[in-house]
Amino acid sequence: MNSREFCLLLKDSGFDFFSGVPCSLLGSIIQHLTYDKNFQYVPATREDEALGIAVGAYMGGKKPVVLMQNSGLGNSIDALTSLVLLYRFPVLLIISWRGFEENDFIEHSLMGKYMQAFLNTMKIPTIIISPSDLPKQIAEADQVMRKSETSVALVLRKGVVE
Amino acid sequence: MRRHEAVKAITDCFKEAYIIGCNGLIGRELYSVEDSPRNFYVLGSMGLPTAIGLGLALAKPDRKIVVITGDGNQLMSLGALTTVGRTSPKNFIEIILDNECYETTGGQETSSPTAKFHKLAKNSGFRHAMYVHSLDRLAIVLHRSVKAEGPILIHAKIEKGEPNPPRAQIDPYKMRNVFMKALGTR
Repeated sequence: MNSREFCLLLKDSGFDFFSGVPCSLLGSIIQHLTYDKNFQYVPATREDEALGIAVGAYMGGKKPVVLMQNSGLGNSIDALTSLVLLYRFPVLLIISWRGFEENDFIEHSLMGKYMQAFLNTMKIPTIIISPSDLPKQIAEADQVMRKSETSVALVLRKGVVE
Repeated sequence: MRRHEAVKAITDCFKEAYIIGCNGLIGRELYSVEDSPRNFYVLGSMGLPTAIGLGLALAKPDRKIVVITGDGNQLMSLGALTTVGRTSPKNFIEIILDNECYETTGGQETSSPTAKFHKLAKNSGFRHAMYVHSLDRLAIVLHRSVKAEGPILIHAKIEKGEPNPPRAQIDPYKMRNVFMKALGTR
C-alpha cells in the first residue's frame, strides 16, 4: 500500500486533522499529509504536544489523528492518562512499531518489546495494521472511538506502507 | 500584581473568549474568579495548555482562544511556542503568569528569572509579544489584544505567596462536554 492510499482511507472515514512527530516508517505518510492540500498536518515538537493539539482540535469539531514512533509513546504517557483517556477524547493514534521482533537498532529494542503492554495497561484498544484489512480496521477503530469515546491505536510495522 | 488580580483582568477583558486554564493554582484561580462554560480546565498534563489552545485555535478560527499558564508549566513545553509561531493562528492569545516558582507544590524555584518568554515567542514567530509587571500595564496590553491579530504572548510577572484558592470538584468528561456545547461542537 502506498501513503496516498493510506491517507485517503483515513480521509474517507472523516479524519480531518493530523499532528505528530515523524518516524522513518511514517515518513512517506507525513510527507503526503504535509504536501497534499486536502490534509491539515501540524508538525509538533513532541508527541505529548501532538496529543494536546489533537485534543484542542477535537473540541473545535475536528476528527484528529496523532502519528508517532513507539518511542514517543514514552513521552505521551501523562498526556494519555491525565488528558486523552481521563476526559475521554477519541484520538486515533498511529504508532510505528520500531524494535518489532528485535529486528531493529538497539535503542528500539526495549520499547519494541514493551509497547503492547503499555497500551494494554492503559486499556487502549490496539490494532496491528494489515494492508489488506486496513479499510475494515479503520472502520472498526472509528466505531470503537465513536461508541466508547476512547482512543484507539493503529500499529504500523515496517514495510506495510511505502 | 497578584495572581487573582491578573486572572480577573483577563476574564474581564475577554468576555467572549474561550479560556484554557492550566493545572495547579492558576486553573483553580480561574475557577474561583469566574467558572464559565467557556473555561476549559487542564487538570493534569502539565506543559500542554499551549498545545490544547493551539489545536482549538486552528480548528475554530472564528473564536478567540486564550491560554492562561504559569512559568513552570511553560518551561516544560518551550517547543510548543515554536509550533504556535509556525502555524500562526490569528485568534490565539497566551498569558504566562510568572511568579518564578512552582507555587502549587510549595514554591520551589523555576528557571524563569533568566527566561525571557516574550523574546522567545517573538523570535519563534508570534505576531506580538509583550512583557508586563504591573496590573495597569497588563490591563492596557490585554485591551489592545482583544482587537489585535495573534498569535500574541503576554509575559506577566506576578507576586508569589498568596492565599491559595481551593481545589474545585470538576468531572473532566462533563466539563469538556459543557465546554464543547458552549463552542457549538457537541
